[in-house]
Amino acid sequence: MSTTAPPPRPNRPVYLDNQATTRCDPRVLAVMLPWFSEHYGNPHSVEHVMGTAAEAAVEEARAHVAALLGADVREVVFTSGATESNNIAIKGAARHALRSGSDRRRVVTVATEHKCVLESVIDLKEEGFEPVFLPVRPDGLLDPEVLRDALTVPTLLVSVMMVNNETGVVQDIFTHAAIAKQAGALFHTDAAQGVGKVPIDVTAAKIDLLSLSGHKLYGPKGVGALYVRRRPRVRLVPLFSGGGQERGLRSGTLPAPLVIGLGEACRLAQAEMAEEATRIAALRARLLDRLRAALPEVRVNASMDARIAGNLNLTFPAVTAAELMARVPDLCVSTGSACSSAEIEPSYVLSALGLSPDAAARSLRIGIGRFTSAADVDFAAAALAAAHAGMPTPAVEPLAKA
Amino acid sequence: MHYLDANATEPLRPAARAAVLAALELTGNPSSVHGAGRAARRVVEDARTALAARFGGRPEDLVFTSGATEANALAIHALGAGRLVIVGATEHDAVRAAAPDATVLPVDRQGVAELDALAELLADGPAQHGGSAKHGGPAKHGGPAKHGGPALVCLMLANNETGTLQPIAEAASLCRRHGALLHVDAVQAAGRIPVDLAALGADSLALSSHKLGGPMGAGALLLAPKIAAIGALIRGGGQERGRRGGTPAVPAIAGFAAAAAIDPPKLAALRDAIECFALAAGGVVCGGGAPRLANTTCLALPGVRADAQVIALDLDGIAVSAGAACSSGKVSSSHVLAAMGLGALAGEAIRVSLPWNATEADVAAFANAYPRMAARLREALASRAA
Repeated sequence: MSTTAPPPRPNRPVYLDNQATTRCDPRVLAVMLPWFSEHYGNPHSVEHVMGTAAEAAVEEARAHVAALLGADVREVVFTSGATESNNIAIKGAARHALRSGSDRRRVVTVATEHKCVLESVIDLKEEGFEPVFLPVRPDGLLDPEVLRDALTVPTLLVSVMMVNNETGVVQDIFTHAAIAKQAGALFHTDAAQGVGKVPIDVTAAKIDLLSLSGHKLYGPKGVGALYVRRRPRVRLVPLFSGGGQERGLRSGTLPAPLVIGLGEACRLAQAEMAEEATRIAALRARLLDRLRAALPEVRVNASMDARIAGNLNLTFPAVTAAELMARVPDLCVSTGSACSSAEIEPSYVLSALGLSPDAAARSLRIGIGRFTSAADVDFAAAALAAAHAGMPTPAVEPLAKA
Repeated sequence: MHYLDANATEPLRPAARAAVLAALELTGNPSSVHGAGRAARRVVEDARTALAARFGGRPEDLVFTSGATEANALAIHALGAGRLVIVGATEHDAVRAAAPDATVLPVDRQGVAELDALAELLADGPAQHGGSAKHGGPAKHGGPAKHGGPALVCLMLANNETGTLQPIAEAASLCRRHGALLHVDAVQAAGRIPVDLAALGADSLALSSHKLGGPMGAGALLLAPKIAAIGALIRGGGQERGRRGGTPAVPAIAGFAAAAAIDPPKLAALRDAIECFALAAGGVVCGGGAPRLANTTCLALPGVRADAQVIALDLDGIAVSAGAACSSGKVSSSHVLAAMGLGALAGEAIRVSLPWNATEADVAAFANAYPRMAARLREALASRAA
């Protein structure tokens, strides 16, 4: 059978791990470059022209981020990334409520959240808050009734991620936010995997706090943002203080080149999102069709309908994901979250969907992105099918420089 | 434009720029196990090894952060828990804000911490300490009136406004004698003088990439080997051995290490020349009598507000500042100079800080602009008074 024959070697590793991180778009890079050479002012040095030039560029970037979210520029706070944004949002909102005398202690989140959300909520337990972790349905979605039930106890904050990092499942943020608001709770969403992939309007969706990351949307690593609603104003206690930048919410010199890169990444995402999603969805269909032709027993985990275009989470019938990855070193895919890549434990996200540890171990995350070609997905399908059939992997030769 | 505001941010070193650009071409997440991830991880770990060696520590004791503000906050959060915190009166806002209830250690007229006062504080605790602040106003006694436990002392190696160096080694031995920990904000010193955690005898060191010619967006906390475990400020993902969650800023970290490898520039002669011209035009050097960084001078012009001086110089093509960049734009006088007992001069001083690539042409431009600025602003003052 031709589909199980060893596929031709690509001239460089095929990167299909776009939920772990994305390549920095060359257009983003081009916009950042001058800020790594001739323009080096500190954006907070507003007393001289070199500082004000950097400040102006940072503010333009802020406008791009705000536009993508449907937010006001004053609602965008730059951070070092989504992990920091999530920490500030969750701990900051809870600590502010405590200080201002609120008697609400319940913080509700979902079992399939990213580690940094779960750990932020767990941190709060030591401070006297009551964390609640809601289950998801087998398709990965949070049942609105489950959320409603949890909110019968007065709740301070609800945090539901927009798009899951392992399954690509898109939660119904509109509904969940509305339920949270109705119950008088603040609503936060970790949108690191959603921003630039699915349309977001924080105003229409009544979101109070939203976290995003640069390197998940073809921007640089080391920068992210937190949306903080102004009307009605959401107040937060900062994680750390200092020079008082970002209206006191996030002190420290803003990394102007990285911030400018994030702004450009958001601008590009807004312009190209719809077209890109269509193209990526076609590539995903192509990959899945080819893989199923060779391996009909391959199972897709979680909803295929409520899912971003680029993600597949597949359970293979007979071979573990780790073994598959070892057999196809030219293919960059993953067993789940990059943070827990080295862990032996089965994915807690897949466990929450009801997968057995054994099935979770046979599950692979594939992330198709902006720079994925049809040839890439063809290689991936053929290589995975061959590897699953135990066909010899192509001999490893020195890789051509990318 | 003549850029003389290096203590706000240093221009990016070409070697750092090359390292940043090379790392920006790498796609992987350092936590991923595949080839792309491993390549990114190698960049981070090579940087960690190089930076730890450069600053006198072990790679496993270096925690990457988003910058020095976070590194300082992490140090005080982690090492200060349950301890009396003592901070130098001239510390950066990042340190002062992280320990708002700290006891303040006074400095002398040159901005040097009073070691006798430190010894007294460490021996007695704040309850018995009657406030030996000679120039910095009374020491603030926060928290419980009497604190029996050991202390965390925070002292910066070099001051950002005056360049004054603190006697860290002496403070470290005092701290050791009293079971106190010593955290050192080495942000302005690193890249300008040799900095070695082990040689200083300190327990932790905060570092910033963009203050030593690397890119913005990276910093580090280097811990002494005896500090085994610390609690995180930003949690999630387990990166940095659980001490700092989040995908590391690979390109910024690569550039940080490349810049830190470069030996300090020799800027004392240029700085001294700038002081000569300023003194001739009526300027006063603040903190000039203590050992200090070779690139920094803090120049007061008696009677003339600092912000007016900065604006006038900016219009003349010279970029300087009136104190820390973070507080730029706010009209407030320098807490550093106030702590040194300089009174009104605290609102009348500008900071001139030479970048690694400063030239004689920069000095010449300053030599022209400063007397012009001084004459014009004094004239304006005189006519207003008349």
